[in-house]
Amino acid sequence: MVMLREVSVDELRHLVSERALAGETMLLNMGPQHPSTHGVLRLLLELDGEIVINCIPDIGFLHTGVEKNMEAKTYQKAEVMTDRLDYLNPIGNNLVYCLAVEKLVGLDVPPRAQAIRVILAELTRIGSHLLWLGTSSLDLAAMSTFLYTMREREMILDIFEMCSGQRMMTTYVRPGGLWRDVPVEFEDAVRRFLDLMPRRIDEYERLLTTNELFLDRTRGIGVITADECIQWGISGPVARAAGLKYDLRKVRPYSGYEQYEFDIPTQQDGDVYSRYLVRVEEMRQSLRIIRQALDKLPYGPVRSNNRKFVPPPRSELGVSMEAVIHHFKLWTEGFSAPKESVYAAIESPRGELGVFLEGDGGPKPYRVHYVTPSFANLQIMPILTRNHFIADVVGIIGSIDIVLGDCDR
Amino acid sequence: MTKANTEVLEEAVRVIKERFGAAEHRFRDEVTLIIPPENIIEAAQTLRDTFGFNVLIDETAVDYWPQTTPRFHVVYHLYSMPHNLILRLRVPLNGNAPHVDTMEKVFPNANWKEREIWDMFGIVFDGHSDLRRILMPADWQGHPLRKDYPLGYEEVQFSFNAEEIDRRKPYAKS
Repeated sequence: MVMLREVSVDELRHLVSERALAGETMLLNMGPQHPSTHGVLRLLLELDGEIVINCIPDIGFLHTGVEKNMEAKTYQKAEVMTDRLDYLNPIGNNLVYCLAVEKLVGLDVPPRAQAIRVILAELTRIGSHLLWLGTSSLDLAAMSTFLYTMREREMILDIFEMCSGQRMMTTYVRPGGLWRDVPVEFEDAVRRFLDLMPRRIDEYERLLTTNELFLDRTRGIGVITADECIQWGISGPVARAAGLKYDLRKVRPYSGYEQYEFDIPTQQDGDVYSRYLVRVEEMRQSLRIIRQALDKLPYGPVRSNNRKFVPPPRSELGVSMEAVIHHFKLWTEGFSAPKESVYAAIESPRGELGVFLEGDGGPKPYRVHYVTPSFANLQIMPILTRNHFIADVVGIIGSIDIVLGDCDR
Repeated sequence: MTKANTEVLEEAVRVIKERFGAAEHRFRDEVTLIIPPENIIEAAQTLRDTFGFNVLIDETAVDYWPQTTPRFHVVYHLYSMPHNLILRLRVPLNGNAPHVDTMEKVFPNANWKEREIWDMFGIVFDGHSDLRRILMPADWQGHPLRKDYPLGYEEVQFSFNAEEIDRRKPYAKS
């Protein structure tokens, strides 16, 4: 019999000020079903009139126990769960998990697979930023941007569907390479997107960048300094908007990012508007990376030839006994990883996304921990919202680009 | 990694080993220091102030049940922004209800991470300002990421035990 414990109000007493207990300020619940909380986030706001004095985020509504579930699956099968964490960045989640597994078992990835990984990861970044741009400007009552960005995002999802058969939960990146090579139409589709997109980004900028209403709602709102970013472990566009020139693709390159030329956009103000500028510029830089990667996309295999970790191609199963044995072993038992732990990280659209992976010598991960940027970003909500109007809270939530699936895991 | 950075790392490892009785472990290009629980706060402070490890990337835990000495490891990942280095610290904790001092004073973002560890593993952080559950509901019993916590499946009801299982199920009964 499960005993349910009553949660008393006293347990929350230390979180609010004395004035709230005296009834001078008001406590207001925002969420978990508020449309602008981008999922299921509850904010407990302490208000003095319309001014926010304190903001206490309450997370966990989307907790799905992915880390626990992954411990019960083999390394290959556990990967399927990673798509579901940050549902706007499925390729990134796959990629960081695969990088960790590859580091743990010591597996090399062929150059073609690395380049395709980069192209897809950057497409995901653009897709995620497009959705962010649409929804966060929708929060600030700019309806039309949302319709345009969703239109372009559809092109990206079509490319994913072309590669993997899935629009969102692709599981396309696998330990040791990719699931399969990209289809022949892939290059044309990506090039069409590359040609179209710069004009479309200009279009969004014309709608927002100098829009008086947008500027009033975003400039000087939700400010965080570079020092505070370091202190609170913030990375990604939020830190770059505060002037911190820190991007994992440059400082700790993975998957061959060191071959490509691109800039890290930064701003100095650290407010909502700077974050907007940084993300829009990041989309342009991503296009640059994709173009370079596509231009020098090498030919060759897309999977490692190490049969102890990567299953053999279907064509070999009819002719090689060895291949049948490897196929059987890998899909029943899985591969074993050493009793060690590794940390791998990538630059996700929201910041540093890391995986701490520990093996126990067997075919299942002993412990997987996702270090997620949304978790870190939400923690600074009290700093960002302090002394702002309650109406600005909506804009601030939008500006840090939270994905609750990423935060709650 | 430039040469100067590797030297900083070697120097940091040497100082922490000497001053705080840490053991060193290397795998691939990652360095892990295993530090006794009573020294962890001071060690982190030294790393932050002297060697520029100014970011706490992550704090998490690993459960080694059924082994009880040490049953848990609390794992810290520190990042040095000036030198571009990552260092992993591990703190072994004995017993089923372990305590360790909070890292909140050194790195404020440990607040939520330690709440998550308390929630998932039941490790108590002494001196923590707000040790409540963060991901699970506030009235939850048990700590899900412990290895002795079952993954959880729905019990199958047959005609002979349907009512008995139904009585245990946590939903509102009329």
